Amino acid sequence: MRAVTYERATSAQGAAQASVGHKGAKFIGGGTNLLDLAKLEIETPSHLVDVTRVPGLDRIAPTPDGGLRIGATVRNAELAADPRVRRDYAVLSRALLSGASAQLRNKATTAGNLLQRTRCLYFYDTTKPCNKRVPGSGCSAIGGLNRTLAIVGVSDDCIAHHPSDMAVAMRVLDAGVETVMPDGATRTIPIADFHTLPGKTPWIETTLKPGEFITAVTLPKPVGGRQSYTKVRDRASYAFALVSVAAITGPGLQRFAFGSIAHKPWRVEDAERLKGADAIADRVLTGARSTDQNRFKIALVHRTLDATMRGETA
Amino acid sequence: MHTEPTGGVSRREILGTGAATASMLAAPAMAAVTPDKAREADPPLVRVMLTVNGKPENLTLDARTTLLDMAREHLKLTGSKKGCDHGQCGACTMIVEGRRVNSCLSLAVMHDGDTITTIEGLGTPDKLHPMQAAFVRHDGYQCGYCTPGQIVSAVAMLEEVRSGAPSFVSPDLEHAEYSDTEVRERMSGNLCRCAAYPNIVAAIGDVHAGKKS
Ligand SMILES: Cc1cc2nc3c(=O)[nH]c(=O)nc-3n(C[C@H](O)[C@H](O)[C@H](O)COP(=O)(O)OP(=O)(O)OC[C@H]3O[C@@H](n4cnc5c(N)ncnc54)[C@H](O)[C@@H]3O)c2cc1C
Ligand code: SF4
Ligand code: FES
Ligand code: FES
Repeated sequence: MRAVTYERATSAQGAAQASVGHKGAKFIGGGTNLLDLAKLEIETPSHLVDVTRVPGLDRIAPTPDGGLRIGATVRNAELAADPRVRRDYAVLSRALLSGASAQLRNKATTAGNLLQRTRCLYFYDTTKPCNKRVPGSGCSAIGGLNRTLAIVGVSDDCIAHHPSDMAVAMRVLDAGVETVMPDGATRTIPIADFHTLPGKTPWIETTLKPGEFITAVTLPKPVGGRQSYTKVRDRASYAFALVSVAAITGPGLQRFAFGSIAHKPWRVEDAERLKGADAIADRVLTGARSTDQNRFKIALVHRTLDATMRGETA
Repeated sequence: MHTEPTGGVSRREILGTGAATASMLAAPAMAAVTPDKAREADPPLVRVMLTVNGKPENLTLDARTTLLDMAREHLKLTGSKKGCDHGQCGACTMIVEGRRVNSCLSLAVMHDGDTITTIEGLGTPDKLHPMQAAFVRHDGYQCGYCTPGQIVSAVAMLEEVRSGAPSFVSPDLEHAEYSDTEVRERMSGNLCRCAAYPNIVAAIGDVHAGKKS
């Protein structure tokens, strides 16, 4: 890891200003992704803006329209255990609890989780070309080891997947990402528009602007229904998903979002009007482009959705 | 903070601790950036005050120092182990402000003012913590490398169960209960290359049940 200077932000706008005021500045929340990558010099921040002590950002509070506002620095463990989340947004609790380990969830923050970077092996291997790490250097995964990578929304430049479990639940819940700019302007980005596809610019992963700071994630009022998060992985715990399904079902209610199959949490609202797992999965996977190694994910999406719809999973 | 202060004060003296100092020291917007080489040769330092195993510690550290390196290299508390340094094994687990965390991914400066417990703070060879005693009784290890992390993690894990926090395998999110299945899921952040898992689960079970021998 390169040498860094350190600054503790005392307000959200102050954090945003600090990040544009220093070349090479990076916000740091739990640090579980940033420090991991900084140690490997995949990320090379020269100035760290600690956002964990900004007053108020560690709170979960009701919104006037009956929803919930989750502060950016609320820890994943705390969010998963919040009584309101357990009762009204079970899919979010389950998704969080399926991710990483108890120790990591005690550190990881809401904003940091949304912004965690891909687990593509070559993104981590600094001896290999990777368009996401070094724009224009090429993609080692296309034609390399790509079993865990994306099957929809891919491009000729990058087939990386987004590894977050939490973000998949946020997508099925229609969350909003609240931000503040260095000049104090605020906006709410619908989660559907927050993460981007790789296209020709795989190093761009969200619609955040330079210096834009996440203050909270909001959830609309509870929709009820049976909520579940099904995660298929190579070992039973402490492993990233190969495929995951966040589901909310009930009378007149059918919503599904999929994890680890695209550069963003994947949801096709059109498919939710269809009947039966296969029909829905076919629509969800329209335009899929898999490789020899990750073709199995297509069948896995069908089967995981089927198991979810039969209520065979948590 | 990375600009050279004026007025003959060395950078070491000006780098301080606490929210007030930290923000005071923030460089003005668009300040010139110290060339990399100079900075790598003379990395920015920070002052950190924390309580480790009940003892106040006052340290001047490279800002990059993790809690793990702080304990092992600066405080000579070598019980916490560096298995991976990337959050993948749990050997470095410490309890920070009551919560178990991977100390290898925690910067000491971010924990200024915090209270930290390492394996050395749980018990001593003469006066073992019940979890340490149970690990000995059950042979909850082979090589022992993962053991400090396992024990620290297990102590905090039992607190989490007591608080009613659910896990991914809890059938009912609103009423989590203790079981071996729960223990296996909740302890999955601590890998054991020797696969002493069955004995680890048994040792934890003893402590949960309040068994002494
Ligand atoms: C071994 C291991 C296993 C894991 N397994 C899983 C898993 O199974 N499922 C899963 O979903 N995740 C998993 N993770 C990833 C983990 O969930 C993320 O590392 C974590 O959520 C990141 O949160 P953080 O607060 O630590 O982020 P940080 O590392 O602090 O930050 C990540 C990024 O977000 C930016 N950032 C932080 N806060 C803000 C803000 N308020 N506004 C704008 N930008 C901000 C930072 O600048 C940085 O770029 C695993 C991680 C490890 C190390
Ligand atoms: S898939 Fe994306 S992240 Fe992986 S090597 Fe190719 S460009 Fe890099
Ligand atoms: S050394 Fe920290 S998790 Fe492995
Ligand atoms: S006892 Fe050897 S790694 Fe666990």
